[in-house]
Amino acid sequence: MTFWAIQTLNGVSFGMLLFLLAAGLSLIFGLMKILNLAHGSFYVLGAYVALSAIGATGSFLMAAAAGIATVVALGVVMERGLLRRLPHDELPQALLTFGFLLIVGDLSLAIWGGTPQTLPKPAIFETSVRVGPLVFPSYRLFVIGVGGLVGIALWILQERTRLGAMLRAAIDDADIARATGINVSVLSTGVFAFGAALAALGGIIGGPLLGVYPGADFEILLLAFVVVIVGGLGSLKGAFFGGLLVGLLDNFGKALFPQFALFTIFAPMAVILAVRPSGLFGAR
Amino acid sequence: MRAGIAVAAAVLLLVLSPLVLSSYQLGLLTKMLIFALFAMSLNLILGYAGLPSLGHAAYFGVGAYTVGLLAVKVRDNFWLDFGAGLLAAAVTSALFGLLALRARGAYLLMITLALAQVLWGIAFGWRWLTGGDDGLPGVPRPAAGLPWSFAGGPAFYYFVLVVFVALTSALWIVVRSPFGQALIGIRESERRMEVLGYDTWRYKYVAFVLAGVIAGTSGNLFVYYNGFVSPAYLSIVFSAMALIMVILGGAGTLLGPALGGAVIVLLENVISAHTERWLTVLGVIYVVVTLFAPAGIMGFVRARLGNPTG
Amino acid sequence: MSALGVETLSHQFGGLRALNEVALEVAEGERLVILGPNGAGKTTLFNVITGLIRPTAGRITLFDQDVTALAPHRRARLGLGRTFQVTTLFPRLTVLDSVLLAVQGSDRSRFTLHRPRAAFPRLFTRAEALLEGWSLAERRDVPTRELSYGEQRQLELVLALAPSPRVLLLDEPTAGLSPAETTAVAGMIRRFPRDVTILLIEHDMDVALDLAERVIALHDGRIVAVGPRDEIKRDPRVAEIYLGIDEP
Repeated sequence: MTFWAIQTLNGVSFGMLLFLLAAGLSLIFGLMKILNLAHGSFYVLGAYVALSAIGATGSFLMAAAAGIATVVALGVVMERGLLRRLPHDELPQALLTFGFLLIVGDLSLAIWGGTPQTLPKPAIFETSVRVGPLVFPSYRLFVIGVGGLVGIALWILQERTRLGAMLRAAIDDADIARATGINVSVLSTGVFAFGAALAALGGIIGGPLLGVYPGADFEILLLAFVVVIVGGLGSLKGAFFGGLLVGLLDNFGKALFPQFALFTIFAPMAVILAVRPSGLFGAR
Repeated sequence: MRAGIAVAAAVLLLVLSPLVLSSYQLGLLTKMLIFALFAMSLNLILGYAGLPSLGHAAYFGVGAYTVGLLAVKVRDNFWLDFGAGLLAAAVTSALFGLLALRARGAYLLMITLALAQVLWGIAFGWRWLTGGDDGLPGVPRPAAGLPWSFAGGPAFYYFVLVVFVALTSALWIVVRSPFGQALIGIRESERRMEVLGYDTWRYKYVAFVLAGVIAGTSGNLFVYYNGFVSPAYLSIVFSAMALIMVILGGAGTLLGPALGGAVIVLLENVISAHTERWLTVLGVIYVVVTLFAPAGIMGFVRARLGNPTG
Repeated sequence: MSALGVETLSHQFGGLRALNEVALEVAEGERLVILGPNGAGKTTLFNVITGLIRPTAGRITLFDQDVTALAPHRRARLGLGRTFQVTTLFPRLTVLDSVLLAVQGSDRSRFTLHRPRAAFPRLFTRAEALLEGWSLAERRDVPTRELSYGEQRQLELVLALAPSPRVLLLDEPTAGLSPAETTAVAGMIRRFPRDVTILLIEHDMDVALDLAERVIALHDGRIVAVGPRDEIKRDPRVAEIYLGIDEP
């Protein structure tokens, strides 16, 4: 019983991290039709910068801010400086972001080395919480909390605010949105930066749980892809429930069949593709 | 006509190479041919049919692992092992094609990547079979039961050259055929092709499997070349290299990707000798090529010669 | 035997009913024009008939054969051809290559892998005949994306004709054309083989009523008026829908 409870908690907290990544990926694709392969880089870079910042300042909060700020800056440079210059074609744009994935991954290896590292948890979360006979690390609950809050905030943003309305209009038809005075250009940069920030946040709060190491960018990118394939690209609900599903499956897979863990996420992905290729909540 | 003479000259140069190149250089040229083939296989689906795939290394790696595992652990019989490698690549691409081709564009990119990564994960995790991250060493050069052995550099080089010329010729025939022309039509406008009576899925699927088999062939050759196979052969880095080889050389041209393959292999060789940052350089190549030379080398050459692209 | 039949055809997307129980029958060789304001469901009707969208209800028959479940390419092989409102051509292919592909689509050689296309001279003969017949021969080596918009609309029509269709759906063939180009295209359509059934969506009232034998008026996914051209010309309901919509 304890085993299942703990694994479920782990799966849900991991799922929240995946949600953060998938949400950013989905948002960016939804508005700009860019498949941002550098999303894995944003995750890893956020974690690495935060790691260095914690070493320098000792404050998790400041480290988080530093990590997010760095990644956002990179995102803005990528979007404004480079992606804009490309024709609105899916492959060239994806390839450009892939170039960044390679560059950031390799430079990170050069700067921070190849040894896997873990971020230290903020001191207040070094505790455990008792729920009946079960004991949960409070940090995991914190991660779930952050994920849930972000999810709610995004939902409110999308459905209830003017910004969300502008976003939905621009996603629907960018030309018409422009004609009604919406600054699609600024919106695009904003969305890209925001997606990057979410990925960095995922990397930073995931740091104490998963660590950061060479190849983590590819691994998390793959999982994020599985989430959007299962949940549907462009859907917030899809990112959330897809994230939960994949997080649980991956976690149970690693716990029960460690050598074939990838199969447990491969199977639902294959099923979705066979039955409903646009994902559970996907449009198209 | 000009192209024909150029090709004949190139073949002649390739045939004469072992006479002038050092054994190290010949080895490099062999590697260039192998990856040229790998790139051309991806070009069939990417450049001609317009199907972007980030998981093409799956078939390369499956071929390599099949040959490697059979040669080391079962029986070192060239025809059996090589044939099994091709079969494995064919089955994998047939299976993956069924799943992947239900998608287009960004979805297709993601799915092909995910599928290849699953294979990578298996190779990585299944230590007792594949040796995991350490890989599988000790794959001998093929002994085909022919009167000469392929163990030596020049002999193996000619073996690779024969395979390369044979498959390139096959590709040449396919792209000039009605089937090949239909692939181009699907790339340009799948919708138009559908209402003209073409069963577009069937074309894409056949191209996908064909590309997988040729990729498997190059994987077979590579494991013989290196005497070694590791999960890297299935990795996203290999898939990405194939992709940039195609784009750098010129997607949709027959020999452009071969050129791109040769250039990247050469660059990797030179750059890796001076720095460990080859992947950074590869990433920069990606960024530069997509920004400034999306039609690749062949596109550049054609523009200079005043020919329309495509 | 009717060339094309549609029964209680509906298409719903979310809360939007693009087609509402549309029914019509078109006789072989008939020229039928579909009128209606933007959003009336005309293109959706075409998309459903050609199989690019699946209807939520209803039946489609082609020469008395139920094609409702058939994929677009199967319907094309049964003789259904289509042009699109937004030009759907092969941007980087030359005019000749485009027509060759169109001709190949209905030829037995279309899936041949092992012989060059040049080994099938009948494809080239037919393509040349089409280019000559529709005055595009001089532009045969021009990439499609370098053609003028008017020439592209012409090519769109030629590609649709290449497989010798028995039923042709033309979606606003004169959209965006100058008056001279419009006249040229209308002339082209008038010269189509007499035994080809044509359904035409057209905004230009002059062209529409000139080419039509029978007219259907669509509004909000429903057929609101049906009848011979001269009758519809005088129908007040149609005029009401079109108040203010006068060409070009």
